[in-house]
Amino acid sequence: MANASSIIQAQGLTKIYGKLKAVAGIDFQIEPGTCYGFLGPNGAGKTTVMRMIYCVTPLTSGTLTVNGLNVIENMSGVKRGIGVVTQDDSLDYDLNVLNNLLVYARYYDLSRAQAVRRADELIEFFQLSEKRMENVRTLSGGMKRRLQIARALINKPSILILDEPSTGLDPQARHHVWAKCHELIEQGVTLLLTTHYMDEAEQLCDQLAVMDRGHIVTEGSPWDLIKSEVSPSVVEIRGEANQRQIILEAVQDRIDFHEALSDRLLLYTPDANPLHAHIQAMEIPVKTLLSRRSSLEDVFLKLTGRELID
Amino acid sequence: MKARAPRVRVLAALRVWQRNATVYKRTWKLNILPNFFEPFLYLLGMGLGLGAYITEMEGIPYIEFIAPGLLISSIMWGATLETTYNVFVKMNFDRIYDGILSTPVNPKDLALGELFWGATRGSIYGGAFLSILFVFGMGLHWGILLIFPLLFIIGFMFATIGLIFTSMIKEIELFNYFFTLFLTPLFLFSGIFFPMSQLPETVQIIAWFTPLYHGVELSRGIFNQIWSIHLMWHFLWMIVVTYLNTYLVLKAIHRRLYT
Repeated sequence: MANASSIIQAQGLTKIYGKLKAVAGIDFQIEPGTCYGFLGPNGAGKTTVMRMIYCVTPLTSGTLTVNGLNVIENMSGVKRGIGVVTQDDSLDYDLNVLNNLLVYARYYDLSRAQAVRRADELIEFFQLSEKRMENVRTLSGGMKRRLQIARALINKPSILILDEPSTGLDPQARHHVWAKCHELIEQGVTLLLTTHYMDEAEQLCDQLAVMDRGHIVTEGSPWDLIKSEVSPSVVEIRGEANQRQIILEAVQDRIDFHEALSDRLLLYTPDANPLHAHIQAMEIPVKTLLSRRSSLEDVFLKLTGRELID
Repeated sequence: MKARAPRVRVLAALRVWQRNATVYKRTWKLNILPNFFEPFLYLLGMGLGLGAYITEMEGIPYIEFIAPGLLISSIMWGATLETTYNVFVKMNFDRIYDGILSTPVNPKDLALGELFWGATRGSIYGGAFLSILFVFGMGLHWGILLIFPLLFIIGFMFATIGLIFTSMIKEIELFNYFFTLFLTPLFLFSGIFFPMSQLPETVQIIAWFTPLYHGVELSRGIFNQIWSIHLMWHFLWMIVVTYLNTYLVLKAIHRRLYT
């Protein structure tokens, strides 16, 4: 299991809060220079895994090493090599943009000259030059997130942790953040992110761990997961329950499998077009009938019987 | 996985102190003025007002009797305000600590940094108070030099007391109890306004176990140049209590923030 080249390794990683098993003995390893994602709904245990990696939560059992260092025995050493962007904004609202970076640089013992040079590079890279001396309060949501990422990079970490990097951002700001993430991967930074958005996972991640209730239910590249876990395409039907029932019975032998949700019926098939045409020909007046490519959402649904965003 | 908490590091603590100093520097001019008005008001109101009826206490003018104690109480208020309300807000509302703890700074370093800063704020309160006493002509002798390190040490002691309380509570409203039921009685019954010898013996015994009393006695001794061995005991009492408090509160903050 253990691989010398891995930058992060977890074995039997477990966290129990009282009676709640937040992380239930998981194993994973992350290769340097890749983007590794934890995909799962809220409460799946993703954030707890991140918190154990950046040493603010102790493990209940298991082992976890980052850059070859044990997270329990060498907290400061581990944290020195990681940049962290927390889910809730933890910027210092008593300071301006530049000082947020400079104050942070001190925690890593950077000299004043190093800190100023690095801060200015980052301000430029994240396109915050106009706001350099402005109070953090005046920044838009997207700018705040970029500043948080900039701050996390102040010490040139080999690993950047992003906990829900685009939650709460508008589409334009999300794409901006994603573009910056791609640039960082090209620079050789290992990215580790959590998300409950499948488009984010598909856009950014080389490798994915799908989490549910403290367990990793499957792992692989986004495309491999879709290929191996579900059929390539889906026909999706919204309509009254009895209409959905009639259709399901009629097409039973034409599909690989189906998911019947409270409001929708999903029919999985190698090729959606003939099935779509067949259902159309039945002339049942359903609300919507559409075909699409299968996605990570479908993988999650099949493996857990639940939707990603509830 | 019960590993020992990493040892506290003074350098990392100073980084946290620096963060607070950077924030304070932005507004210090606005912040510091009340620290000068406060002693003025006390000395005018109590010294001149009350002093018209009580001219002397234990052989010294009343205003000079209360001034050394008031000085110490101002350190107490300054240091505890910092490690109670301000720390609570940074810990629970502003998420400042979430940001700091994801850097090489660990919870114990953070706690020590806040204690240094609490002591610094206490010293600023005390320093402003002291400068007004000098203006009133009090304490103008060489022995007064001893008071300067005391500003910081007493500030540190009260910072630990405030932080211990903060590490125990989950609701900000509970600070009202700390201030009303703990600090206010200290303020009134630690020998600032009248000699402890006037109080029943049991009260005097209780007072010996409280922190402000020792600070007040020490300060009055220095101001009035009464050099007795008792000053040494008061000093030692504060050093021992401060050391124990620091040990306990670093552990408590580690438990609170590493979960």
